[in-house]
Amino acid sequence: MNEEFVLKTEDLTKHYGGVRALEGANFQLKKGEHVAIMGDNGAGKSTFVRQITGVEQRTRGTVIFDGQKVDFKGPIEARESGIETVFQTLALADHLDVPDNLFLGREKTKWDWLGPFRLLDYKAMRKDTMDALEKTGVKIPNIHNTIEKMSGGQRQCVAIARTASFHSKLTIMDEPTAALGVQETEQVENIIRQLKEQGEPLILVSHNMRQVFDLVDRIVVFRRGQICANLDIKNGDYTGEDVVAYITGAKTGAEYESTA
Amino acid sequence: MNNEATPSGNNIQAPKFISGIPAESGFSTNISVPRRVIRIFEESAIIGIIALGVSQVIITAGIDLSSGPLVAATAMIAMSFGQTELVNGYANPKALFGTWAMDLPVIIPIVVGLSFGAFIGAINGTFIAIFKIPPFIATLGMFLICRGIALWWSSGNPISFPTDQYKAIGDGMMPVVWFLSLAVIFHLIMRYTVYGKHTYAIGSNEEAARMSGINVKRHKIMVYMIAAMLAAFAGVVLSSKASTAQAGMGEFYELFAIAMAVIGGISLTGGRGSIIGTVLGAMVLGVIRSGFTYIKLDGSYQLMAMGAIIISAVILDQYRQRKKA
Repeated sequence: MNEEFVLKTEDLTKHYGGVRALEGANFQLKKGEHVAIMGDNGAGKSTFVRQITGVEQRTRGTVIFDGQKVDFKGPIEARESGIETVFQTLALADHLDVPDNLFLGREKTKWDWLGPFRLLDYKAMRKDTMDALEKTGVKIPNIHNTIEKMSGGQRQCVAIARTASFHSKLTIMDEPTAALGVQETEQVENIIRQLKEQGEPLILVSHNMRQVFDLVDRIVVFRRGQICANLDIKNGDYTGEDVVAYITGAKTGAEYESTA
Repeated sequence: MNNEATPSGNNIQAPKFISGIPAESGFSTNISVPRRVIRIFEESAIIGIIALGVSQVIITAGIDLSSGPLVAATAMIAMSFGQTELVNGYANPKALFGTWAMDLPVIIPIVVGLSFGAFIGAINGTFIAIFKIPPFIATLGMFLICRGIALWWSSGNPISFPTDQYKAIGDGMMPVVWFLSLAVIFHLIMRYTVYGKHTYAIGSNEEAARMSGINVKRHKIMVYMIAAMLAAFAGVVLSSKASTAQAGMGEFYELFAIAMAVIGGISLTGGRGSIIGTVLGAMVLGVIRSGFTYIKLDGSYQLMAMGAIIISAVILDQYRQRKKA
């Protein structure tokens, strides 16, 4: 097994009944690499992410994560083995506050012998929340406000701070800045740059060409459920127009001719 | 006073079906008015025990309609293991089982009753969480099933003459003691434990809860089980207090329990509210009912007024939420 790769998929396929949402995706992600996934609406980007993170069960294909074949039965397992995901629909509980959401599903507890009735360690969670927000540069006036009282940007920052504050082997962000203002987008991009500095690999699903060219090493383009291009953008070989051509189907990557 | 209840039609204001308690024990004309008010508080406490459970269900954005009939079914089942063998030296005329089930230690009827509740709750939870049947429908079905069980258990006959130990469970102010102690326990659980946090999270955003790694199905089943066990315990307390178990007991209890939770600020859309709110809701409903009884407002007006109050509480809650948003 090649240790160089964090994530590798072979022939990853997902059909919803007769709809081929994802067909034969071969994808690789190296250690420390930041890759963007682009494509039109319905091209299979989110479907691809959902298969990797175990939110859905794939129709066929192999996923190799961290050197091992994996078969996540759910997002819990994926997270436990080190894949952190910020979903397109924010996975936050509106009536809970920031620490509650940051630690949702993995609360710090004491008196664990009480089983499901074990006590929450509010103090430790509050402290870790403050640390995480400071580390990611996210500013939230009062962390004990419930999420429903926050702006879209603040919510997104909480969701991303949650992802970034746990040391994960792979971070996946599904359109993290789609609904954000300029400043908030900048905050999110800063978090992404920090992940890059820390050498944590990232898959970024995005429509924002400027952002993608600013942030990532490589762009993988999806079209009609299939990967149609794999573009290394570090050397400036490609422009935004090239990428658009791949997305719309005007061009197809050499090794993906069969998908055209 | 005769322990065996005879439903009588010529009682005063509060109609029998609000109470479910045999007429003599709560609403007959021959007891003083303050005593009657205290009785209503004791009864509010019994419904309050149900409300503690139904609050948790509503916080997960569910509903439990089966608790009233479950009270009756559990009362019947539990008390049939809590009967005394000899009444004034004669064999118990209402004995359901043979002598083997007579004069058992009180722990047996309690365990039997709570197990029955847990069983019913597990079925509710399984249908709702695993088979994805809407909570309203699943518990409505269970509503009928439990009423059926209550009637079937002793072929419709009342079960009476419990042991002294059994009588002690719901004696005097004991329902209030049980209600308040359970309220404190569940307040702490909802506020300070993982169970409570996940209950709120599921009601707030079930998808988010699932993606965060919470085992939503298992948790929901647990919530419905706890709610049903609380209703079952209310059944034990009610039958103990009334010294009899009857298949018609607990009528409308599920609705009053839901009303207590809603008046106490628990949002029917889930994720919001607290046990303290439910306790306040129980007190408000108790005060209203005893107040109405005290001023001798006719039972029919009582029902209409309470209905109006419940609707107003929901309107107020929605208005408050809109203002916040």
